[in-house]
Amino acid sequence: MNLDFSEEQKAAGEQVQRLLTGHSGLASARRALDGRESFDRRLWAELGRAGWLGATIPEAFGGQALGYETLCCIAQEVGRSMAAIPFGVSAVLVTDALVRGGADAQRATYLPQLARGERIGALAFVEGNGALRAASGGCVFADGRLTGVRTGVSDGMSADFFLVLARSDGQSGLYLVEGTAAGLYREPQQGIDPAHAPARLRLQGVIADPLPGLIGWSALERLLDRAAVLVAFEQVGAADAALEMATNYARSRYAFGRLIGSFQSLKHKLADVYVANELARANAYYGAWALESEAPTLPLAAAAARVSATEALERASRELIQTHGGIAVTWEHDAHLFYRRAQHLALMLGGLREWQYRLVAQLARAA
Amino acid sequence: MDFNDSPAEAAFRAEVREWIRANGPRFVPPAGADDAEVVRLARAWQAARADFRYAGFGLPAEIGGRPGSALEEVIFLQEQRDHPMARVEIMTLGTGMALPTIMAHGRPDHLAKFGRPTIRGEIVWCQLFSEPVAGSDLAGIRTAAVRDGDRWLVNGQKVWTSGAFFADWGLLLARTDPAVPKHKGLSYFLLDMKSSGVQVRPLRQLGGRAEFNEVFLTDVSIPDSMRLGSIGGGWAVAMTTLSNERLALTGDAAVGRNLIAPLLNLAKRTPGPSGDLLIDDAGFRERLASYYVAVAGVEHISARILTALSRGSSPGPEATVGKLTLTRLLQSMATFGMDLAGVAGTVIDPSTDADLHEIQQGLLLAPGYRMGGGTEEIGKNVIAERVLGLPPDVRVDKDLPFNKVRSG
Repeated sequence: MNLDFSEEQKAAGEQVQRLLTGHSGLASARRALDGRESFDRRLWAELGRAGWLGATIPEAFGGQALGYETLCCIAQEVGRSMAAIPFGVSAVLVTDALVRGGADAQRATYLPQLARGERIGALAFVEGNGALRAASGGCVFADGRLTGVRTGVSDGMSADFFLVLARSDGQSGLYLVEGTAAGLYREPQQGIDPAHAPARLRLQGVIADPLPGLIGWSALERLLDRAAVLVAFEQVGAADAALEMATNYARSRYAFGRLIGSFQSLKHKLADVYVANELARANAYYGAWALESEAPTLPLAAAAARVSATEALERASRELIQTHGGIAVTWEHDAHLFYRRAQHLALMLGGLREWQYRLVAQLARAA
Repeated sequence: MDFNDSPAEAAFRAEVREWIRANGPRFVPPAGADDAEVVRLARAWQAARADFRYAGFGLPAEIGGRPGSALEEVIFLQEQRDHPMARVEIMTLGTGMALPTIMAHGRPDHLAKFGRPTIRGEIVWCQLFSEPVAGSDLAGIRTAAVRDGDRWLVNGQKVWTSGAFFADWGLLLARTDPAVPKHKGLSYFLLDMKSSGVQVRPLRQLGGRAEFNEVFLTDVSIPDSMRLGSIGGGWAVAMTTLSNERLALTGDAAVGRNLIAPLLNLAKRTPGPSGDLLIDDAGFRERLASYYVAVAGVEHISARILTALSRGSSPGPEATVGKLTLTRLLQSMATFGMDLAGVAGTVIDPSTDADLHEIQQGLLLAPGYRMGGGTEEIGKNVIAERVLGLPPDVRVDKDLPFNKVRSG
């Protein structure tokens, strides 16, 4: 029985944490909020140079081939830092889609660029409100071209290329398009989390290249499952950081003649946050094991990791504001950066309700 | 990461499984067996385990124990889980709490007297700590021990004592000096439950069963040789006793897990407000998923504790997280389950609906679980102060002589 990362994996996490500490994540999120810089390019370049964006990319394509568990350790530190970088979308979702489902030519071209941090990919898979679902008529692939609309493309304005969910011959698939392709029109949308500002894509007969290994909605659901585990680590890291900020405030702020952390109402709230964070961490760890070992229980483990982490980060970000009182309701205070990040991560792979729905579908099947 | 046993763990597990398969059937209580019969069988099971060195895990070989990895005890408990003897909890207090306390604070003659018989189930223990006036505030107890030559005369009342009816010896915390602050005036004794003046009365809980007792102590005489620790040093001894509850956690996941299956079963055959079966109802799925991730989270936390134990390190506050989560969850899940049953949930009838019955039992057991071993509120204080480092609350009685402190 060993439900822990290896020494090498933990060391990778520590190295990433040190690298991230040199670039204030909250400051980069603030710059995105203020519209001064959509993401921290210097940090992204440094992560690329150090090889951390290629943790799951095979060495033949310029990666480190360190495995999913290492990427989990990296994701946790990215989350903890709160940095404005397109990690979840580019280093997790798009990278994984290409590694697992790309054609050799696609992998040979794009993976080295992703590994070095030279180019950024984004996933365009949403038509409108509601749960994620197989492609319908909103975006169609025919005769080698894509036509349709995609909204809420996370980190869409920062991306150099896209993987677009579209329908072809009655089936869902992912199609690779360059951001500068003729017929592709990008509009910035205002996002709840400006660090991952969304974009709307209009495609009018855009030449696109299918990913041969990701055909059909259930293949895409597996992609989402893998991403759910990795994003859960980002959520857990952010929840840890939120709890730390709240606890530090409770240990230093006075009211009624004593430190506010000495009042039971605050103690109990922060204890509840701690408990939720630990449960999320444990579920994420199990998800990491299921991911790395390709366990048959991965769909259930992934859903549990996502549900648990989403609940934990939402709670932690809410109580971070409550612990601070009015000061945290100001623009200038950093608390709302967590609040926004929590919402973004809660929704970017599909929301809590739909993952709860999927979780019980898995449970019912297994029972 | 690896969820499987190491080769050594797998070998031990196989050995234990075979032993339980071969020896377990002799110790299954017959239908309708009363408590006395069950306890008699439990003592015999303990002795059988001791014969094969499957008892006294972590205790010295000289007294018949099995020194070695704490993981071996966990593996044994996991393999024993489905056997009726696993549910007889009174046997665990002796090896789990009494002997570690005696080893830390007693003399060699204490261990010689109590060690082997406890491991063999010949001596069964109970814990005499809580009182009607002092539960969460354990240091506020009032049972008094007054010096009488080379003996102590004890008067008072203890409550929530599991197993007192069958126990041979008790771990007794009593006040020996009321004129000093509360923590400094306590002493710790080993009490022969057959002593004159000890009266045990069963305590009936809200669900109808009586698993606990009140213990009345009237002019009970205890030799000073049965005192552990110094006079006035009883609090530190009591803390040793309480800190040894850590391994109970691996059984705890069963508390919550039991209701996930009945809830699923119920949902697969019960319609919801829309007319669809509940299993397809999004509202049902949302709630069940939230419960499931909490139960699963606790199980995985237990796995992380096992990982720490197998490396020889001590687990941290994880056990508190598990207990806090599961006890609160049991009550929520039970209430949810009965709600799904609707009006039919008001009828208690194990013969018609086993799933609903399990849910109803959970409802009635849940309040006790939220208190036992420390209330949830105290648990949150412990996490907040010891893990998060938040400052302690104001304590008005800390430095007052005990006899000047208000209580009631």
